[in-house]
Amino acid sequence: MGVALTRAAQWTTASSGTGKLEITPVNESLLKEILEFVEQFSSRHPQEAKHVFKEPLQWTTSLEASDFKTEYDISGPAVKSQETDRDGHPMLQLTPPSISVHSFSQLSKIVQLATDKKLKEVRACLEANRDPVAKMLGPSFATVEGEDSSVLRLLEEVKEGDQAKETEIKVKLIILLQQLDTQLLSNSLKQISQEVRLSPAAVKNDVELLKSFCSEGEKRVLTSVQYTSDYEFTNGCRTPPWRQVHGEICYLVIKPCDTQPLHITCSTAGVFLNGGIRQEGEENAYDRTSDVYRDLVTLLKSKSPHFAENINKQDFAVQEEPPTQKVQHVELVDAEEQGQPQRSYEHQEKNVHEKARQQLVQNKPGGKKKLEPSLKWKNLGLASPYDEADDKKSKKNAVSEKFAEAQEKMQKKADVSVSSLPGRQSSNKTKTPGGVGGADDFSESSSESEEDEEQPERRTESNTDLPSEYWQIQKLVKYLKGGNQTATVIALCSMRDFNLAQETCQLAIRDVGGLEVLINLLDTEEIKCKIGSLKILKEISRNSQIRRAIADLGGLQTMVKILDSPDKDLKYLAAETIANVAKFRRARRTVRQHGGIMRLVELLDCVPDSAALTEEQEKDVEVARCGALALWSCSKSTRNKEAIRKAGGIPLLARLLKSPHENMLIPVVGTLQECASERSYRIAIQTEGMIEDLVKNLNCDNHELQMHCASAIFKCAEDKRTRDLVRQCEGLQPLVTLLSQADNKQLLAATTGAIWKCSISMENVAKFQDYKALETLVGLLTDQPEEVLVNVVGALGEGAQKPANRATIRKCGGIQPLVNLLTGTNQALLVNVTKAVGACATELENMT
Amino acid sequence: MAEMSAMNRKLIQNLAETLSKQVKHFNKTEAECLIRLFNGLLGDQSDRRVGNGLDRGKFRNILHNTFGMTDDMIMDRVFRAFDKDNDSYVSVKEWIEGLSIFLRGTLDEKIKYCFDVYDLNGDGYISREEMFHMLKNSLIRQPTEEDPDEGIKDLVEITLKKMDHDHDSRLSYADFEKAVRDENLLLEAFGTCLPDAKVTIEVKIVKTV
Repeated sequence: MGVALTRAAQWTTASSGTGKLEITPVNESLLKEILEFVEQFSSRHPQEAKHVFKEPLQWTTSLEASDFKTEYDISGPAVKSQETDRDGHPMLQLTPPSISVHSFSQLSKIVQLATDKKLKEVRACLEANRDPVAKMLGPSFATVEGEDSSVLRLLEEVKEGDQAKETEIKVKLIILLQQLDTQLLSNSLKQISQEVRLSPAAVKNDVELLKSFCSEGEKRVLTSVQYTSDYEFTNGCRTPPWRQVHGEICYLVIKPCDTQPLHITCSTAGVFLNGGIRQEGEENAYDRTSDVYRDLVTLLKSKSPHFAENINKQDFAVQEEPPTQKVQHVELVDAEEQGQPQRSYEHQEKNVHEKARQQLVQNKPGGKKKLEPSLKWKNLGLASPYDEADDKKSKKNAVSEKFAEAQEKMQKKADVSVSSLPGRQSSNKTKTPGGVGGADDFSESSSESEEDEEQPERRTESNTDLPSEYWQIQKLVKYLKGGNQTATVIALCSMRDFNLAQETCQLAIRDVGGLEVLINLLDTEEIKCKIGSLKILKEISRNSQIRRAIADLGGLQTMVKILDSPDKDLKYLAAETIANVAKFRRARRTVRQHGGIMRLVELLDCVPDSAALTEEQEKDVEVARCGALALWSCSKSTRNKEAIRKAGGIPLLARLLKSPHENMLIPVVGTLQECASERSYRIAIQTEGMIEDLVKNLNCDNHELQMHCASAIFKCAEDKRTRDLVRQCEGLQPLVTLLSQADNKQLLAATTGAIWKCSISMENVAKFQDYKALETLVGLLTDQPEEVLVNVVGALGEGAQKPANRATIRKCGGIQPLVNLLTGTNQALLVNVTKAVGACATELENMT
Repeated sequence: MAEMSAMNRKLIQNLAETLSKQVKHFNKTEAECLIRLFNGLLGDQSDRRVGNGLDRGKFRNILHNTFGMTDDMIMDRVFRAFDKDNDSYVSVKEWIEGLSIFLRGTLDEKIKYCFDVYDLNGDGYISREEMFHMLKNSLIRQPTEEDPDEGIKDLVEITLKKMDHDHDSRLSYADFEKAVRDENLLLEAFGTCLPDAKVTIEVKIVKTV
């Protein structure tokens, strides 16, 4: 009981001498339990109840003589119990208003007598006797914080024990009391655990939060939040030390919008209103004048209706922010995208440099200088790029927290930029309502890849020191900004010496504001600056974040304009950069809306087939190649496919398809196979005689080109005439030959797809029979990705329409793997498998 | 007067014929046009001092007005490059020769020409000091900076790092040539001394008219 009273019970903080038990839920439950214990004590433990206390428990009672009945000698206001100890002293003595009690039996009786006042009596008793155990059993049993040796002491007494009987009772009594103590403690622990005690840090957070609500405007919920003291002790408290011992953390003056200023004490036990502490002093100002609340917000909610009403709205806004940083960037690699050159796969963790800009900003006032000397050495060529790279790696691991705040700001900034996008788009829309394809809405091809769609920029949490490239690139950007043409060209050339394929450098350029400058240069008249800028943009636009930034800065519009330039270098560089940037839907739309498709198609117009090219003609071919690259990127949107066709791109592509150069053929065939999803293109491919060229290129030794050709045939061979053309051009055999390239899954998927579609014609099935295609296909029924399996099984299903082939499938052991595939879940696969199995099942032999 | 102009025309045609044989890139008609242009620019002066040609001031005016050059020092150097015999006048022959590089020069010819322009003291090397001299106006000076030349110095170091392949802290012709071949943009690394493509096209139009 002693421990419980010292630790769990909540005494008024201003306790000195006799304390007061506060009316709190914890105290109330404590009192009730003690009361229960006392009430039942004499009936449960009659012997122990008779034990005479070492010292009487004395307190100021509200009981009067009239409350006492039998067993008591009443003389006027004074009362004496008839029960006495061995020396004849009465066990209870009342001389109003004080009462003294010597045993538990009398305590029990008092409690019973007091009826509705019993709780008050217990409270008064405990307040007067802060350590009742010591009084009951003697000072040696006084409760000492942190140790409990009472049992040991009791044992000592037992050893010495001459009065065996009395000691035994004493032992029992103390055990009972300790039981009570434990019970009290565990109960109050339950309650306490529900209300976490406040710590200086928690209070500080709360205060910061509240301060942020003191903003002007409609959303304002509080007028002001102030500490009474600006001085903060090292432990985080702002109260004078002599108040800290009472657990008080700080005093606040909060002015709500609708009530008087609130003077608040934050203590470890909770927050409550005080007597109005302004400055230190005024003793009674520290007293509690309200209930204790769990935290500041709860207190304010109950004291200020305005606050209660508005805080919920605020809460929402505050909690809303975090999710943006959780979005992980995942670049989808779907079949449509495969095989594009220059793919830049994103790496996690790379975003560390996002903070750079912040840091640069922070450093601008003066901190920059001290970092510069080392850069000079770098510039003199004393440090090789490799050293720098190593250096940077090691630095990457060093995590510093100093940018944490800056990063937070960045996040907010990013949010803003993302949220501003729709506006930007709509403004584009209004500027060029017509564009190429007429009215533009936001619906795009469903087949189009989403690989690169609007992910919010992700920023990883780890901060690293800035690599040296940052400072060098920052300096170069400064020269770009503040230099004439000569200095600009030098800075551009020097910037190209950095490893622009490295994300560090790509993001460094962005973060120091280089992208804006590079894109602005495109708008100047200086051809050299434009070329130099494009050469850099072309490289760094392989990074998806850079692509996005270029699009956001309006770079695509400018580059589309450059396509009109008479300078061929500018043309092909702009086209190649567009090819990189237009990897996401919004960019593709922008290109189209600004007339880019038409201009890109115009670039295709060159004479590729003459044997000996002049220097100028070679440049024309390069321009056409880059134009095709850009169209390839753009052709992933349905509307762009349409726009290419309308701009007359198909005959030009057909002409380029005769080029002997693989680097020209890949983007051309890539575009064609992308567009072959449209019927108009399939017809054109057939009628413009492109099948022949596609078949011819199946025989080349470039897997990527072969894949695009096979893929184009796959898409086009839905049409019977095309299937016949493939056969007539002797395209079936190279397809079967390509089946041996089982390691290249993309190529295999395209090839098997072409074979499947070609097999729809029975003449072709006969050819495949000659080339023993089915035997090979059966071998591909196991351990293949689903996109291959679908095509293989499809081809087998078509082949199995011929009885001879059904036998072949059986002989090659194809039945079992086919049946096994029936357990799959891929719908397209199941459709084909059931068809193939169904065809095979028509042969009786196959059923055994 | 008519007689004189007829004689003049005859003279010009002869001159054009000889020069077009001596100088690459221009045919006889083009040479003739350029001679006329030259004579036109010479104006009154031709009566008094025939044979001397364009002086520095006139030449600089042409560079400024026709070819859009602005840097005084570079224009002086261009004048020097045109004035091969160092007599402070650009003669008809020098004019045609110069323009053939200016307007029609191959990359090799242009590299040679630019190097000559940039090699201020003619010692066969572009030194650090020469670079500094040529680049000193290329950056906007920030009044806040302690050393306003710091940026220029840094720019010189950047250029050296990029172009000085033999690491002797100066650019030889070989250094310059290699750097420009690797990156054509560096042809006019130290200041505009050639008309840009746009002007070249305009000049063609002017001539044909």
